Amino acid sequence: MAAISFTNVSKRYEGGHDALVGVDFSLQSGEMAFLTGHSGAGKSTLLKLIMLMERPSRGQVMVGDQDLAQLQRNMIPWHRRRIGVVFQNHQLLFDRTVFDNVALPLQISGYDPVDAARRVRAALSKVGLLEKEQQNPISLSSGEQQRIGIARAIVHKPQLLLADEPTGNLDPALSEDVMHLFEQFNRVGTTVLIASHDLSLINRMGHRTITLSGGRLVSGG
Amino acid sequence: MDKSNRPDQGQNIPRGAVAHRVKFGDKLRSWSNHHLEVSVQSLQRMLLTPVATLMTLAVLAIALALPGFMLTALQNIQQLGSGWDTDPRIALYINDSASDERVEQFSLELMLHDGLRSVELIERARALQDFSEYSGFGDILSFFDSNPLPAVVLVLPVDQSEQGLLTLQAELAALPEVDEAVVDMLWIQRLQAYINLAERFSWVLAGLLGLTVLLVVGNTIRMTLESRRDEIIVAKLVGATDAWVRRPFLYSGFWYGLLGALLAWVLVQGALWLMADNVNQLAQLYMSGFSVQGLGVKGSLLLLLTGLLLGVSGGWMVTGRHLREIEPT
Repeated sequence: MAAISFTNVSKRYEGGHDALVGVDFSLQSGEMAFLTGHSGAGKSTLLKLIMLMERPSRGQVMVGDQDLAQLQRNMIPWHRRRIGVVFQNHQLLFDRTVFDNVALPLQISGYDPVDAARRVRAALSKVGLLEKEQQNPISLSSGEQQRIGIARAIVHKPQLLLADEPTGNLDPALSEDVMHLFEQFNRVGTTVLIASHDLSLINRMGHRTITLSGGRLVSGG
Repeated sequence: MDKSNRPDQGQNIPRGAVAHRVKFGDKLRSWSNHHLEVSVQSLQRMLLTPVATLMTLAVLAIALALPGFMLTALQNIQQLGSGWDTDPRIALYINDSASDERVEQFSLELMLHDGLRSVELIERARALQDFSEYSGFGDILSFFDSNPLPAVVLVLPVDQSEQGLLTLQAELAALPEVDEAVVDMLWIQRLQAYINLAERFSWVLAGLLGLTVLLVVGNTIRMTLESRRDEIIVAKLVGATDAWVRRPFLYSGFWYGLLGALLAWVLVQGALWLMADNVNQLAQLYMSGFSVQGLGVKGSLLLLLTGLLLGVSGGWMVTGRHLREIEPT
């Protein structure tokens, strides 16, 4: 069963820029893959289509057994709750503690606060930041902030974990740590798709690599 | 995910929605907790900027208090007017030369007049008696050799419009028996007309100021909304519904409306209290039982509900439009 499948997907933005052209690929449930290509190759657009931050101009995107074209706007929140996303720019909120940042998805989904606290601590301990839960993320390093973002993405145990350039601002050693963290989640069954242009790191990791160029899929489909 | 051929646990098997389904009871509890939490947080957020909040509340309070005060004042004036019998009557002062029999005859003739509902004759003797009894100047009468008071016929016209009254007055004044025809209570009718006009004006004003409240609350919330843009985007990315994102802003509207209305209530009651002493003193001079009435339970509730409704609507108006625009990109 495919966790994600793209069938002849194209995305043309207003103004005529083709971000994706006829992309076909599928990612099996429990698989881990890298999505690579130069900047502007369409990696972010591909992730946005999965997140329903954008709609395709043509073709079909399936996540699990759900055809995304059939999801109305008001169903998007429930779709996103099944997915965990790690952003390059972290998207953390600096008006609250590390704990509250990680707890946000659980709070939104309506978890019992006691249960939520337990899950937040489990996620923070997995990324090694349990002792910093009461700090403001602004006081932490870039690597630590990225790990908070990862904790937030996995705190609700999503079926699918997406990451957009998760190592973009990190030094090589930290980058490798972060990638290994993703491998750990994949080992317990989470489907993982990571957009990255760090080719040497990707090669060392040795997972399936999907390469985009100018919006077209050139290898790994 | 294909759930049929997938064991519940295993190393490389995805653990999907089954593992983290949220119970309905938890959801409900969390939903009500979130309401409580968000309402408190919205209030706290307002208190973080006390000066700005107070200024906004002052604007809201004045906008709500002004029509509230005007309508209450009008109600008081109306209460003042209702103390009198407001049916306008015409008093016909009969010529001294007419004999008592002629006067009697004259009043009977008037009863046949189509334009009159009732006719009451006050003979000279009774007028004299009434005067000495009620005026307190009875002693003066002893200076006169004969009864100085004319007979009076009080008539109640059918047509009570001002124009009708004046026409009838002219007609009756022209009768040879009548010295003078005086329209009584016409001024009360005029007062009533002025009150109606003022009331209409107050409602128009209330409408405009209500719109002001709506816009002030809306604009204030729009600014907080802009300042919390990042938070909204992140919340939407991790699966927040529109209702969830909108909730804190609706509560802000709720608080602005409630606190603005409470402040307006204090302003109205304060203004009436300041005026009450003077008005009551004036009423006492006229031996009237009139006393200044405040907003009362009904008026207070109306003011509060209006404030709440406008506050929440203001929040609703702005969030409905702007939250759709704030989407993660």
